[in-house]
Amino acid sequence: MTTISQAAPQDSAIPKVRVDMLPLLLVPVLALLMLPLVGSFPTWVTLTVAGLAMGMMVFMMASGLTLIFGLMDVLNFGHGAFVSVGAFTATLVLLPMKSWVEADSVWMNLSVVGLAILLAMLVTGILGWAFERIIIRPVYGLHLKQILITMGGMIVAEQLIHVIWGAEQIPLQLPTTFRGAFIIGDAALEKYRLIAVGVGLTVFVTMFLVLNRTKVGLLIRAGVENGEMVEALGYRIRRLFVGVFMAGSALAGLGGVMWGLYKETLTAAIGGEITVLVFIVIIIGGLGSVGGCFIGAMLVALVANYAGFLAPKVALVSDILLMVTVLLWRPQGLYPVAKR
Amino acid sequence: MIKTLLSGDLPRSRLLSALLLVVLCGLALAPFLFHGARSLNVAATICVFVVLVASYDLLLGYTGIVSFAHTMFYGIGAYGVGLALHGMGPSWSAVLVGTAGALAVSLVLALVIGLFSLRVRAIFYAMITLAVAAAFAVLASQLSDLTGGEDGRTFKVPELLQPGFHLIDGEILGRAIDGKLITYYLVFFSALALFLFMLRIVNSPFGRVLQAIRENDFRAEALGYRTVVYRTLANCLGALIATLAGVLMALWLRYVGPKTMLSFEVMTDILLIVVIGGMGTVYGAVIGSALFILMQNYLQVLMKEASAALAGVPLLANLFHPDRWLLWLGVLFVLSVYFFPAGIVGKLRAGAKAKSDRPA
Repeated sequence: MTTISQAAPQDSAIPKVRVDMLPLLLVPVLALLMLPLVGSFPTWVTLTVAGLAMGMMVFMMASGLTLIFGLMDVLNFGHGAFVSVGAFTATLVLLPMKSWVEADSVWMNLSVVGLAILLAMLVTGILGWAFERIIIRPVYGLHLKQILITMGGMIVAEQLIHVIWGAEQIPLQLPTTFRGAFIIGDAALEKYRLIAVGVGLTVFVTMFLVLNRTKVGLLIRAGVENGEMVEALGYRIRRLFVGVFMAGSALAGLGGVMWGLYKETLTAAIGGEITVLVFIVIIIGGLGSVGGCFIGAMLVALVANYAGFLAPKVALVSDILLMVTVLLWRPQGLYPVAKR
Repeated sequence: MIKTLLSGDLPRSRLLSALLLVVLCGLALAPFLFHGARSLNVAATICVFVVLVASYDLLLGYTGIVSFAHTMFYGIGAYGVGLALHGMGPSWSAVLVGTAGALAVSLVLALVIGLFSLRVRAIFYAMITLAVAAAFAVLASQLSDLTGGEDGRTFKVPELLQPGFHLIDGEILGRAIDGKLITYYLVFFSALALFLFMLRIVNSPFGRVLQAIRENDFRAEALGYRTVVYRTLANCLGALIATLAGVLMALWLRYVGPKTMLSFEVMTDILLIVVIGGMGTVYGAVIGSALFILMQNYLQVLMKEASAALAGVPLLANLFHPDRWLLWLGVLFVLSVYFFPAGIVGKLRAGAKAKSDRPA
């Protein structure tokens, strides 16, 4: 106690927050541990890249959810609906512009996918705004109702997708130049997976910079810690809520497009299926923590890939096992958010 | 007499009483009133769902716990009996072994999940149960050596319950007294007994504590009730009754499969029924299930006609497509969470109360 009061006058700067490094080490340690178990190096590289790619896509979908929860204390059980809507919106661009998708030109492929992603994010963002306004606003602070109402929203959204796009599953073609794999040595690296890793990293870095280097990010982080205080200081936290909700929904839409292209077929249930994985990821990461969510996504995806290779039967429950293990170690998740 | 049977929790609304009586009589006399396999199947499904939904109401409506693992327990019951009958042949001992085994598995799972996650917030529990139930469904469909995989297992029930069995020759009221009829009444009376049992529970001192926890868990804890213990107990109880509902369903269908027993659709059905019927009123399960299952089976016919009438209009025709009935129920669900959170039963009771409060 005394040391603190003595130290305070000496340096008026904000005390440095000690970064909890342990969870950061988990991903590389896990990957390295698996190397001898997998046996061959090329296989290991392929598996790791596949795991990272999947993890990045899950992160895109999960990050918005965890941020929304952290800031507004709302857990959106209908988050998966945005994933589905995003993926289906992409077909509005990808199917009519088939010639661009099939063209053997990187630029045409990139631009058509970029356009699809842009449209998907726009639509899911607007949908997120409507969802916040109509579905969630009346039930702030009421957890039970939130769960029920967002679940109901999910059911309605899934059915509406059936109404608009029909009940059959839609095949989604991966652009020509994204197909195939780079062969480095004996390791085959699928191009699309590398693209997914790239997009995921971009999203993570952007999010990290926005949260840590901008005024808005500062407000969001402060809102996660103590929303009332932010309000008391004269900032309209409601606008922040809406903005974060829209951004989170748009990210889910982006994840949905990437995931849909990865799967190459679309069903309306795509979002519901991924929701479980997303929940596991944000529980592992610590509800409300973006960094934890990132590590959680990588862990879950890597473990799923390694387990699928080493012991396929275990892979069926590997997510749950991982979650239980992490929670036994840190009951609040890897990076617990202070007030929860 | 009736008061004791209903544990003092009367319907408290004339219209509600009338509706309940209609459902009760309809179910009790279903084999004689309606002919055809389909209508009997609808009646049996309603019976099972009344139990399943009421046991879920015990969690959601009375204790304020949102669980997404209720179908898992339902599935455990169904698979327990199904696999026992499949493995040991059609005998009553197989039914007993299967039921006992399923109950034990459910109890252990409910305890573990409960102790693991019920101490924290409601949202956490909802997420954990969602994950566990999803993993369980995947396991059931993937371990095909044991469970029959996606196809599930068909099995033979004990001789008394087989459709080919005839208790007496001839017919009563135009109905042969065969195994199907006996099975139906087994399902019906088990469901009735379980329903009355649950009514007893929610009106016991234990049930009052659960409601206190729902209203304000902090205060309940301060009054000296260990909320974790009560929540876990309610969770186990709900799980066990759901397991029994699964047993009944398996005996009725003579089939278990992941789609009918474990899929997430069953879970959303339960949620819809509880909320539309009325949370925190066991009677809501009766009204909700009857309404829902009838709609599920007969609304589609209506919608088919509407869809055919609108065939020229592109989007509207899809909106009324018979497969989209869940859309309308989903909308009804969202609206009922907002505008009448106590569901149909709560609405009826409130109406009756307002009438009796009004000075004559």
